[in-house]
Amino acid sequence: MSKVNRNQNIAFAFFSALGILTVCILLLIIAYIFVQGITKISFDFLFSNPRKMGAEGGIFPAIVGTIYLVLTTMIIAAPIGVGAAIYLNEYTSRGRITDMIRFATEALAGIPSIVFGLFGFAFFVILLKPITGGWSILSASLTGVTMVLPTIVRTAEEALKAVPDSLREGSLALGTTKWQTIKGLILPAAMPGIITGIILSIGRVIGETAAFLLTLGGSLLIPQSLFDGSRTLSLHLYMVAMETGAMDVAFGTASVLIILILLINFAASWFFRRLIKRFS
Amino acid sequence: MTVIELQRASKSEQGQGGAGDVPQIRSKNLNLFYGDFQALHDISLDVPKNQVTALIGPSGCGKSTFLRTLNRMNDLISGVSITGEVLIGGQNIYDKTVDVVELRKKIGMVFQKPNPFPMSIYDNIAYGPRAHGLKKKSRIMEIVERSLRQAALWDEVKDRLHSSAMGLSGGQQQRLCIARVLAVEPEIVLMDEPTSALDPLATLKVEELVTELKKMYTIVIVTHNMQQAARISDRTAFFLNGKIVEADETAKIFTNPKHKQTNDYISGRFG
Repeated sequence: MSKVNRNQNIAFAFFSALGILTVCILLLIIAYIFVQGITKISFDFLFSNPRKMGAEGGIFPAIVGTIYLVLTTMIIAAPIGVGAAIYLNEYTSRGRITDMIRFATEALAGIPSIVFGLFGFAFFVILLKPITGGWSILSASLTGVTMVLPTIVRTAEEALKAVPDSLREGSLALGTTKWQTIKGLILPAAMPGIITGIILSIGRVIGETAAFLLTLGGSLLIPQSLFDGSRTLSLHLYMVAMETGAMDVAFGTASVLIILILLINFAASWFFRRLIKRFS
Repeated sequence: MTVIELQRASKSEQGQGGAGDVPQIRSKNLNLFYGDFQALHDISLDVPKNQVTALIGPSGCGKSTFLRTLNRMNDLISGVSITGEVLIGGQNIYDKTVDVVELRKKIGMVFQKPNPFPMSIYDNIAYGPRAHGLKKKSRIMEIVERSLRQAALWDEVKDRLHSSAMGLSGGQQQRLCIARVLAVEPEIVLMDEPTSALDPLATLKVEELVTELKKMYTIVIVTHNMQQAARISDRTAFFLNGKIVEADETAKIFTNPKHKQTNDYISGRFG
C-alpha cells in the first residue's frame, strides 16, 4: 500500500472514530438516564400529584405547568416573530433598520438564559406584579418570549428567503397584491420551515431551567390560571434533585423530558424535510 | 429557416387586417434606467391586437427589460426609473392614477423558467381567480378546465388535478404556467423566453399553443431563437444595445431587412 493510501485510511479511521464517539456520548447519556428512570414511568407517575415536596408521588402538576407555559409562550412569540420576519424579508430591502433588527435578534440569542431570568424577575415578577401576578405562568411566558423570539425570527426569515423570487413574480404578475401573495403563496410555502423554528423554540422552553427558576415560582399545585405560579418538568427535576434528593423521581422526570425532546426533534426534522422536498 | 416556414410566415401576415387598426400596445419614446445606467433608449413600438410580436436580439440587448415594462414588473426592482409612455388601450400605464394590480390582471406574463407554485395543479390555476374574489367552486372548476384545455394540458393532467404541480415535467410545468395566466382572462400575454428551459418536443408544443392563443390574446414574446420568431410571430422587433434597430412584419425582417445589423444578426453573424 502506498503512503498516500495509508494516510488516507488513517484519516478515514480517525474521523469516523470521532463521529462514532459523538454518537456514543449521546447514547450513553440517554441510556444512563433511561436505565435509572424509565422504570419509574407509569400511569400513576405521570398523572398523580406529588407528595413530600415531590420526593414521592407523581409529576402531573409539572406536566400541566410545562404545557401551559409552552402554549402561552408560543401564542405570544410565534405571531410576533413570524410578523417580524415577514417585515424583514418581504417589506423592506436591506438597510440600516433591518441590519439593526438583525443585530438585535442575534445579540439577544447570545445572552445567557439566567440573564433573561434576572430581567424577567425584576421586570415581570416584581415591577409588573399587579398585572402578572408576580411569580406566574404569565411572567415566565413573557420571559420565555424574549428568549425564543430571536430563534423564531431567524428561522422564519430563512424559511421565507428559501421561497424563490420567481414565485413572488409569478403571483404578482397575475394581478395579486403583495399581501395576497404573502398570505396565499409565500407563507404556506415557507410554513414547514416556520414550524420547524417554532418546534425548536418549544424545545428550548421545555429545556430551560435558569430563567424560569426566577420567574415561574415553583408551586407544586396544578395552576388554575395564567396568574398562578407553577413549575415545568425541568424545574421540577432541578428542585427535586436539589431539595429532596429523591434521585429516582429526578431520573424518572428526566426520562420523560428526554422522550419529549426526542419527539420534538423528530417532528422538527420531519417538517424540515418537507420544506426541502417542496422546492426540489 | 426553410422556404416553407418563410411562406407560412408571409401567408399569416397577409391574413392580418391592414391599416387603420389601433395598436393594443403603443410605447412612445420609452427610456429606462437602472440607477445611472440607461438600459432602454427611446423605444417606440406598436403591438397590434391578436398578433404575435416577437422581440429578438442578443443577450443584454434590453428585450426582456422592455417586455417587463409592459406589465410594470420592473417596479419590483429598486433603482429603476422610466421616462416616456406605454399606452395600453389608450391609457398610459405609467400614469399615477393607474392601479398596477388591476393592470397586471389584464396583462399576463409567462416567465423564462417555469415557476409553478408548490401546490396542486388545480390550486395553481385557481390561484388567480381566487385572489380576485371568486369563491364558487363550480365556477372555479370550469375555469380550471377551460384554462388547462386552452393550454393543451387538460388531457395530460385531468386525472391528477389534485397532485402537486412540482411533479410535472418541465414542458408541462410551462404550459401549466400559461394556463394559470389564462385563468385570469387577460387581454395580453407577455412571454419571456418561455421555451429556453424546455426540450425540443416541449418547445414545439408551446409554439403550437402560441399560434393557437393569438386568436384570443395579443402576444408579445421574447425569444433567443430566431427560427422560433420566424415560425410563430407576425411582427418582429430587433433590439440591439437597448435600442430598436428595426421593427416590421416578420416576413420582411427575415427576408429583406432594411438594416445591415439586422441582417448580420438574423444570418447568425453575431449574437
